Amino acid sequence: MNTSLLIQLLVNGVIVGMLYGIVAMCFVLIYKSTQVVNFAQGEFVVLGAWVCLALVVNMGLPFWLAFLFSLVFMMVFGILVQVVLLRPLLGEPVISVIMATIGLSIFMQATMNWIFGNNAVRFPQVFDRGTVEIAGLNVETAYLMSFVLSLVVMGLFFWFFQYSRWGLAMRATAYNQQIAQSLGISVGRVFAMAWAISAVVSGIAGVVIGLVSAVSNSLAIIGIKVFPAVIVGGLDSIVGAIIGGLTIGILENLAEFVDGQYLHIGNMYSVAPFYVLLIILMIKPYGLLGTPDIERV
Amino acid sequence: MAHVPNPRPTGDFRATYAADRTLFRTRNETMAVLAGVVLVALCPLVFGGYVLSQLIMIGIYGIAALGLNVLTGMTGQISLGHGAFFGFGAFASAWISGNGIPVLIAIPLAGLMTMAVGMIFGIPAARLKGLYLAIATLASQYILQDFFARADWFTGGTYGSLAETASFFGFQLNSDARYLYLVLFWVVIAFVAVANLARTRDGRALVAVRDHYLSAEIMGINLTRYRILSFGISSFFAGIAGALYGHYLGFVSAEGFTILLSIEFLAMIIIGGLGSVSGSLLGAAFILLLPQAMEVFANGVATVVPAIAQGTAYIKQMSVGAAIILFLVLEPQGLVHRWRMTRASWKLFPFSH
Repeated sequence: MNTSLLIQLLVNGVIVGMLYGIVAMCFVLIYKSTQVVNFAQGEFVVLGAWVCLALVVNMGLPFWLAFLFSLVFMMVFGILVQVVLLRPLLGEPVISVIMATIGLSIFMQATMNWIFGNNAVRFPQVFDRGTVEIAGLNVETAYLMSFVLSLVVMGLFFWFFQYSRWGLAMRATAYNQQIAQSLGISVGRVFAMAWAISAVVSGIAGVVIGLVSAVSNSLAIIGIKVFPAVIVGGLDSIVGAIIGGLTIGILENLAEFVDGQYLHIGNMYSVAPFYVLLIILMIKPYGLLGTPDIERV
Repeated sequence: MAHVPNPRPTGDFRATYAADRTLFRTRNETMAVLAGVVLVALCPLVFGGYVLSQLIMIGIYGIAALGLNVLTGMTGQISLGHGAFFGFGAFASAWISGNGIPVLIAIPLAGLMTMAVGMIFGIPAARLKGLYLAIATLASQYILQDFFARADWFTGGTYGSLAETASFFGFQLNSDARYLYLVLFWVVIAFVAVANLARTRDGRALVAVRDHYLSAEIMGINLTRYRILSFGISSFFAGIAGALYGHYLGFVSAEGFTILLSIEFLAMIIIGGLGSVSGSLLGAAFILLLPQAMEVFANGVATVVPAIAQGTAYIKQMSVGAAIILFLVLEPQGLVHRWRMTRASWKLFPFSH
């Protein structure tokens, strides 16, 4: 038993899991307030990272300015997607909406491949890449920064939904659209805002991942990894999304450890979450924290 | 379903339920279908390799799309793992025929094997619907893909496996012209079978599950049984199509059966028309030919704007994504609906109603 490797992997799991949690949170935000499953969430993450990178490298902007501009871009992009693509599909069956976001994801993938190329690109040095020793463990500062930033984003989310006027409006809409509308909330605007926030936060996650490792189109896989996470947490629970993200992050690394040390099957890292997903769906069809959909006739 | 004017010839009254449930609605329709089959059968006399290979691929994808249409169009269950079942059929047939069983028998056997696998993955689906189901089938896609890469004894692992050439009592089906007949045979079987399925008790039960599963259950339809059955039927056809694909190419490798293929199958049935038997074939043809048309188009544009030239591969993929979105927004009922409307307006000319 290699204890230090195990602990190292667990720490990695927590840090990666936080990022999964953030993206899962964006996903749940859209689902909860607009009942749309966004299969293009991973592409949103990558798009944010690419735009920020292009602003830094091609336009020569300082990082913080580029970061800010890319967030504005993502906001506009999210609103556009909602208004142009999903508003006409209101009231259509689930499969149409799912297929629309899948179509969007294919389209975005191809476009980004074309514009930004197929290679992984590193950000120019923004922070120094040292390591910090915490309780006998070497943690890269970049990882630490991503961890802190994830916490900040989560805190902002909490504040937004607990205290801000718009956050409350969104919660009301998620609870019952008709009641929300009769209270004077513009449901259309709330929908657009849900997409905007989700796109912006995905963009933040993308930039963070880009800073920690590198930007490439294969990062979009995080959009797929989100599914096990949200199923663990329940599709409509924001707290569940974070817990689910952490669980999947840790689980991946545990699977890697068990596989590397004992089983030697290989590739457990990427498949284990999907086995867990199927098992959870068999036992609890609405996820661990999701609201069961009770139907009365 | 929006209203579609569907004028029947004068004097064609349906007096009994049996007359209302015939396989083809009119004699002309029967003739048109038969003529279509005969025309395709005559194609090798006229056309060369390219057209034949396209016809074969349309047939193969059409069978797979038809299977998905039983699951998604008729039963209302979404599957994002159809591409993996297609791949499983290809590997299964290559494996069975590699063990000394003739290819022509291996193809239906592969279909049955895929059916069994599909029903196993259908078990969690029996309790799920909508989004949760889509995500569960997504998991089956990744699990099967991982299995392809790992099970060396079955798939040849990362190297892939060789599929033998089909032969009919010593007559080698080794050219496009000959293979076309094998594919045509299975296309006819599959489409007649599914068109008939819609007329049986089981088929109506599937449609009832789609339209209102609670009412269906109250009327005595066993939901679990029919959902798993529908997964079984759908993966059977995916398996047959995969087997035909494997023996056509002669080589099966795991890279071809990704989530992208599953999405293309879904795109085929959406573009063709959800729940429509003939739409599956139309959609398959559309998704297969669209990227090629786009390539010709892009090459044409590239002579004027050279910058387009390196983007051809991406334009092909973009066109598929754009086609899905445009059809969903502009023509959600697919090509079949458009065709019916065109036919109706032709028949009713100059009076539109």
